[in-house]
Amino acid sequence: MINDTILVVIAASAIAYGTPLLFAALGELLAERSGVLNLGVEGMMLMGAVSGFWAVQTVGGPGWMVLLIAVLVAALVAAATALIHAVLTISLRASQIVSGLALTIFAGASGLSSYVGHVASLGGQPARHEFAAIDVLGFKALPVIGPILFHQNALTYLSWALVAVTLFYLYRTRPGLHLRAVGESPATADAMGVNVTAYRYVHVMLGGALAGIGGAFFSLAITPGWLDGMTSGAGWIAIALVIFAFWRPELALVGAYLFGAFSSLAFTLQARQVHLPPEVFSSLPYLMTIVVLVLVSTGWARQRLGAPAALGVPYVREER
Amino acid sequence: MIRIERRLTEARWLVPAVPAGSLVAAAVLSGIILLLTGHDPIGTWARLLDRGFFADGAMSATFVTATPLLLTGLAAAAAFRMQTWNIGAEGQLYLGAVGASGAGIALRDQSPVLIIPAMVIAGILTGAVWAAIPGVLRAYTRTNEIITSLMLNYVAGLLMTYLIFDSQSYWRDLSTFTARVFPQGKYLSDAANWPSFRLAGLAIPLGLVLGIVAAAVLWLLYARTRFGFEARVIGDSRAAAHYAGIRTRRKIVAVMALSGALAGVGGASEIGDFRHVLDPRGLQQASFGYSGIVVAALARLNPFAVVVVAVLLGGLSNAGFSLQGATFPAGLVGTLQGLILFCALAGELLVHYRIRLRRPAIIPPATEAAGAGVA
Repeated sequence: MINDTILVVIAASAIAYGTPLLFAALGELLAERSGVLNLGVEGMMLMGAVSGFWAVQTVGGPGWMVLLIAVLVAALVAAATALIHAVLTISLRASQIVSGLALTIFAGASGLSSYVGHVASLGGQPARHEFAAIDVLGFKALPVIGPILFHQNALTYLSWALVAVTLFYLYRTRPGLHLRAVGESPATADAMGVNVTAYRYVHVMLGGALAGIGGAFFSLAITPGWLDGMTSGAGWIAIALVIFAFWRPELALVGAYLFGAFSSLAFTLQARQVHLPPEVFSSLPYLMTIVVLVLVSTGWARQRLGAPAALGVPYVREER
Repeated sequence: MIRIERRLTEARWLVPAVPAGSLVAAAVLSGIILLLTGHDPIGTWARLLDRGFFADGAMSATFVTATPLLLTGLAAAAAFRMQTWNIGAEGQLYLGAVGASGAGIALRDQSPVLIIPAMVIAGILTGAVWAAIPGVLRAYTRTNEIITSLMLNYVAGLLMTYLIFDSQSYWRDLSTFTARVFPQGKYLSDAANWPSFRLAGLAIPLGLVLGIVAAAVLWLLYARTRFGFEARVIGDSRAAAHYAGIRTRRKIVAVMALSGALAGVGGASEIGDFRHVLDPRGLQQASFGYSGIVVAALARLNPFAVVVVAVLLGGLSNAGFSLQGATFPAGLVGTLQGLILFCALAGELLVHYRIRLRRPAIIPPATEAAGAGVA
């Protein structure tokens, strides 16, 4: 059966592993398009992962409803985490780099997410509900594209819709135009009557919400359960993805699945008894992130297509 | 109405007041988190301070924890001062530990006079080389060093795990049956144990002394030498430095290597002062590299302030390790560090800006209407 060949298996699981990266990268992309770099993605993802899993274990009701509530909880909690960064960098003009790092230390693997996990004793609990792959229209058995496109879970399909919505929003709506203006030239946007502060707050928090959903994908779909630091660097890879995607949603989709493939390669090859130390496979996504970043930083890509001009710069009306 | 006005000069009295105030504010905020999660904040804080600073032998244990924090804090300060964001101190510390324990194992039959300097040098070299990778990529291919240095932290952690758990490497103990079943590193000989100095009843580990010397050297380097001056110019304006003929690329690599070397000594001190074996799990749980960022930021990148802050945060970490359990959940120390950093960042606003509370001026309705008419 062609659907069991290694390439199809890797491609199908690349999409599964790429989905949390896609959510987080789309979120970071929106925040960066407004001119705010948020290095706290890893922390926000972990907050989403722990709070989403907590909701699944606590809320009663039919499975689909519990999962829906869990995703909403994860998004809200991570958006609240992002609010800290927004207040510090937008209103209080703190360094975006240091504030983002602080957010990751605060919420990260040995921070609040771990604390919440311990207080609610979530570690080691089996998940009551999880996102399972859906056989869409019974197309799962189709050769090659069946397992890749028609046998994913609901969140993956949501992420595809989200790419389309983000594209439409950025390039075909007035708020999207304003958002791009705020990221490129906040002074101009301000003169146009766009509320720069409000746009930045909203998009940083939106970025947090998406990172939270990405985190919940780990605790509700990839490895249902809770483990300290379970996202293991996915948040940082998502930040690299935004650079790799030249701040464009459709390229973020491509990049997310590329990195998803590196992660899935590790698991698939190990399962197929390829004899190499597991650390070689596990370090693949991190090493490839470096390689890809070097490639997009040099040569033809040097023009830095797409980086918002005001990225990282606080906007103060009196001091421009 | 609240107005924020830029101060013409930094408010000097606020420079020490802001970090001190941040610690207090973070204590209050963490108290709220403790209350919300059903813990007694005052009791928890009392135990934290007792275990960190006041109990018998607490201060000596705190110095041991403060040593790697001091060195990773200096590593962050050295790089951040030039606006080069090395957040790979975590991985550079691991590599320093690998290098130092390797040197210690190789020279196990030698005298301490030879082993200890060799461990320090090995830590410096391995840490510097590991940090030079993102440095070279930043300097010559303009690759974002934040992400590359961070990715290398994960790779370094996996490398350590590989050396002890998944290979028959030089670092792994394979001498007994139990050691082959339950992997662990080779313990160093007693001659490789770093000495500690007695001072007023406290044990000061050698690593802490090295760290204080390094802080002084770093201060001299940045305040009194051409190298430091050029690094500061690059930090303030890379373009200006370039036009002034400063070789910015070499300087970036050099500063990254310097930063990595400091973190590497931190790793060496963990082996020499404390663990005496390459322990991947223990080192990864401690996350000294990330805490170093908090230390450097709270010290506002001043090397001498780094020493003080490292001891303060070292006390908290030390208490956190020894108290960890049901009544003192893991994760509290990181939460606390994050809160301290948030408060320090917010306080930074006060150093540069003046906040005025002012009632909006009352404008007579007639004038306002006239003004609107003109506009």
